[in-house]
Amino acid sequence: METLITAFFNLGILRETAPYLWAGFKMSALLTLVVVPLGIAGGLAVALIARTAFRPLRWLVVFYVDFFRAFPPLVLLMFIAFGLPFTGLDLPAFVSVALAFFLNTSSYYGEIFRAGIESIPRGQFEAARSTGLGAAQTMAYVIVPQATRNVIPDLISNTLEVVKLTSIASVVALPELLYAARQAQSITYNATPIIAAGIIYLVCLWPLVRLLSRFEHRQIALH
Amino acid sequence: MILDVAGLHKSFGDLEVLKGIDLKVAERELVFVIGPSGSGKSTLLRCCNRLEEPTSGSIRVEGVDIMAPGVDINAVRRRIGMVFQSFNLYPHLNALGNVTLALRKVLKKAKAEADDIGMRALVRVGLGDKAKAYPNELSGGQQQRVAIARALALEPSIMLFDEPTSALDPELVGGVLAVMRQMRESGMTMVVVSHEMRFARGAADRVVFMDQGRVLEEGPPEKIFNEPEHARIKEFIASLNG
Ligand SMILES: Nc1ncnc2c1ncn2[C@@H]1O[C@H](COP(=O)(O)OP(=O)(O)O)[C@@H](O)[C@H]1O
Ligand SMILES: [Mg+2]
Repeated sequence: METLITAFFNLGILRETAPYLWAGFKMSALLTLVVVPLGIAGGLAVALIARTAFRPLRWLVVFYVDFFRAFPPLVLLMFIAFGLPFTGLDLPAFVSVALAFFLNTSSYYGEIFRAGIESIPRGQFEAARSTGLGAAQTMAYVIVPQATRNVIPDLISNTLEVVKLTSIASVVALPELLYAARQAQSITYNATPIIAAGIIYLVCLWPLVRLLSRFEHRQIALH
Repeated sequence: MILDVAGLHKSFGDLEVLKGIDLKVAERELVFVIGPSGSGKSTLLRCCNRLEEPTSGSIRVEGVDIMAPGVDINAVRRRIGMVFQSFNLYPHLNALGNVTLALRKVLKKAKAEADDIGMRALVRVGLGDKAKAYPNELSGGQQQRVAIARALALEPSIMLFDEPTSALDPELVGGVLAVMRQMRESGMTMVVVSHEMRFARGAADRVVFMDQGRVLEEGPPEKIFNEPEHARIKEFIASLNG
């Protein structure tokens, strides 16, 4: 028991490494604040382009979504961070991560928005168009607000996955939470920082999980 | 002529739904369209504001050929009010929001002015006290009246009704018909697809009977309802009453 506590819940080590972890946490938070809105905006764009009348553009979007949903995000990130420099494109670590996440998450968010838009009955489009609203206005004021509301649980659920996935940024040495914890662990030869990082993720994501389960209960009640 | 449809054809793939329709509607006229299910009544209305793209023929609204290349279809549509069987209110907006959306975004009115016009439209349909209510808080009859107010607020030159009372419980039909009667009295030009024969007898200037994508017969309500030339129409009307 004694050894377990010194190895995993060592307060002395925690105090010592707290500044690292705090810096790592801030980087993870910043990453999330950049990557999630970008992904959602990209996803909405993908879903809207998927509905244009211009066929080649639609095919392009289908290919984009399929490709980046099938392509492992870790491999994608490594390719951008370690492969692209050979072509002369050497992006800063943060930009590499943001780009990889944009490509990956916009295709997932895109599928969610597509399903949301498809769930809106045709009568909504027709009512809006019959009053003289244009196609873009109809989307903006009538369809997208309803579609978004219909897929909020999926958006939350996907966002949870995205936040957890930000820890892969550690492989390109972006000093986010997991990277900082690993550094602290290798310096102190103690696993406490890793445990601490895990607890921080847990505490931050718990409210989202609660929120999600509230929505899921409500949906079951509605059906 | 407010509406002038000539030689209108519409096909869905191989299925020819409208086979040459001619229909003229003069200002302040109320034209009633009846006919068996599947005869093309909805498609005819939906072609008049190009929710459905006609296959051939011509459609003029207030003299403007709405099939002409380069026509501003959104400008045409806001001159044509449309009321649907299933109301199609926007569920995320309250009654006033439903009525003012196009005022704000199409006519570019400021919020205060749009709200003012919207309130007057709601008062006209007897729902001035329901401005803040969301569609799911309203009865079917109230929802349909909000939908009518949404169209009326744009001051259309003609209103198209596609079975406005068919989705309503019988006790709610009267309120909607009362609003339509009042619109007629204030001089609105209207085309109404409906099977409310009593309303038609009292309010219609002309009844058009459609069958299999054609106008089989048209005339004043007394003529069509009491002594039509086609036995088919007699049977159809008997089936509605029976
Ligand atoms: N979008 C569509 N695609 C294919 N067929 C359609 C479509 N809309 C209507 N139809 C067909 O056109 C015919 C006429 O329909 P409709 O105009 O709704 O008739 P009504 O309103 O008189 O009942 C029906 O056979 C219907 O199945
Ligand atoms: Mg119909």
